[in-house]
Amino acid sequence: MPERITSLPPDRAAALAGAYDAAVAASRRRTWVGLAAFVVLTGLAAQAAEVRPWVLAAHIGRFTDYIAQILPPLTLANLPADLAEWYWGWPKWLALLGETLLMAYLGTLLGAIGGFLLCFSAAANVAGSRTACFVVRRGLEFCRTVPEIVFALLFVIAFGLGPMVGVLALAIHTTGALGKLFSEVVENIDMKPVESLTAGGAGRIETLRFAVLPQVLSNFVSYGLLRFEVNVRGAGVMGFVGAGGIGQELLVAIRNFYYADVSAILVLIILTVMAIDLGTERLRHHLLGSLR
Amino acid sequence: MTGPDIDAAEIAALRRRFPESFRPAWRGRLVAGLALAGLVALAGYAMVRLDFSAARLLNGLGRLGEFSLLMLPPEAGGRGWAFLQALTETLGIAFIGTLTAALLAFPVAFLAARNVVPNPFVHFTVRRGLDVVRSIDVLIWALIWINVVGLGPFAGALAIACADFGALGKLFSEAVETVDGKPGEGVSASGGAELHRIRFGLIPAVLPVLGSQVLYFFESNTRSATIIGIVGAGGIGQYLTELIRVLELRQVAFLILMILVTVAIIDAVSGRLRRALIGGAAW
Repeated sequence: MPERITSLPPDRAAALAGAYDAAVAASRRRTWVGLAAFVVLTGLAAQAAEVRPWVLAAHIGRFTDYIAQILPPLTLANLPADLAEWYWGWPKWLALLGETLLMAYLGTLLGAIGGFLLCFSAAANVAGSRTACFVVRRGLEFCRTVPEIVFALLFVIAFGLGPMVGVLALAIHTTGALGKLFSEVVENIDMKPVESLTAGGAGRIETLRFAVLPQVLSNFVSYGLLRFEVNVRGAGVMGFVGAGGIGQELLVAIRNFYYADVSAILVLIILTVMAIDLGTERLRHHLLGSLR
Repeated sequence: MTGPDIDAAEIAALRRRFPESFRPAWRGRLVAGLALAGLVALAGYAMVRLDFSAARLLNGLGRLGEFSLLMLPPEAGGRGWAFLQALTETLGIAFIGTLTAALLAFPVAFLAARNVVPNPFVHFTVRRGLDVVRSIDVLIWALIWINVVGLGPFAGALAIACADFGALGKLFSEAVETVDGKPGEGVSASGGAELHRIRFGLIPAVLPVLGSQVLYFFESNTRSATIIGIVGAGGIGQYLTELIRVLELRQVAFLILMILVTVAIIDAVSGRLRRALIGGAAW
């Protein structure tokens, strides 16, 4: 049988209860102040972004109409012919989709090479010098803060229209993003192999090759694949500024109200992105499982 | 640096005792070599297919060099005030977009979580739906919303809300799925009702995680909101596109500097808030 719990003397209980109430009240006050600040910020942001819910409410019909309009005119009775008509431009679209994927691939590969070359200088634990570390970090920050589309806009003027521009823009942005992630991986390694190789008289390259690389390679590949997913999406809209890929066709279709084409291209993009996501997820689990 | 301290006889002895360690790993090398060759071959094909040419590259690089000289020194060209307003608009778009996405994603995430809705059909459908929404880029969403609410920042905010709704819904549902069930069991065991279980067992555990993810998305959305003006959906991107097209490079440099500083400030503030949030939860 459980024994009866002895209660505290009333004056101590009252003191403790008072302290508890004060703590709860303080925490509640903090919550209210935070909430008030949040509401004020929301109001300001709504003002700045010209949020007009009534416009949305008045025109939400247009959104559903738009969705209804871009839906392809498929009928069950005449399905093959309807499909053929919906995807009338499939040879061109598939070629452009292939171009988009190649852009994403090449951009990711070049960016990964760039990030790989720079990440060791940006990692505090293996960086050669403090100044180099600082400079490389700021450079990577610049590369990943400026959106790839902005690079593409500038490069289109410098290099001329075409997919090469898209690849370069993706590569620079990817260098910034992967360089940071890679350097964080390098900073989290076990330093004992590095110390032992240094003690054994290995040079910098040898240390990186035999002490650092085996610890980080699987994570590098995993991050690279993740970035490839992101870049497939990014490459899909590069065409908006004339930098190659399927984006140009989509832009033309949306701007000129070729409704069935919009849905045809969107479905192609969605299916590709989903397939790539699933494929790279598999590959990443496989890699992280087998190399660790 | 030089001069091994062991002699040949010792190495030979070691070689005899550990033959495995001295044998080159042919199989591993073959696989790695083949994978590398495949990567390089595909890269070569891509370069040919995408019209890479050294001449174009060199020409363009030369011109880029000229551009970067023309960018100095950055100046606002008397439009500093307009730029600042556009920047505020950009931040507003990012804030409203992220907030709307989070509010929409919160209930949907519970539908997509395996431990809340056991029906596999429901959470499979919800998840694929989120995937579809997520696959469409912000810029495409912006083009669609411009058709509905007209040009301007509101379309941009809605575009960000849509694109992030998919991503946040997925992340939220994963957070809900990985939550520890024991506090909820404790609440139930001491006589709490189902709503008590969710309010005191589930929500305190997931809220800091969700909050930190939302902040992270806000950071990344300040970046997305800077480009959404390219298609006419408000924010600083409108100026950026225009000025790049007419090659007002000093003003472009000024805008890019403004964006860099803003993004750095937002990153610092939200990083601090995120750490406070996650520190507040007992991890």
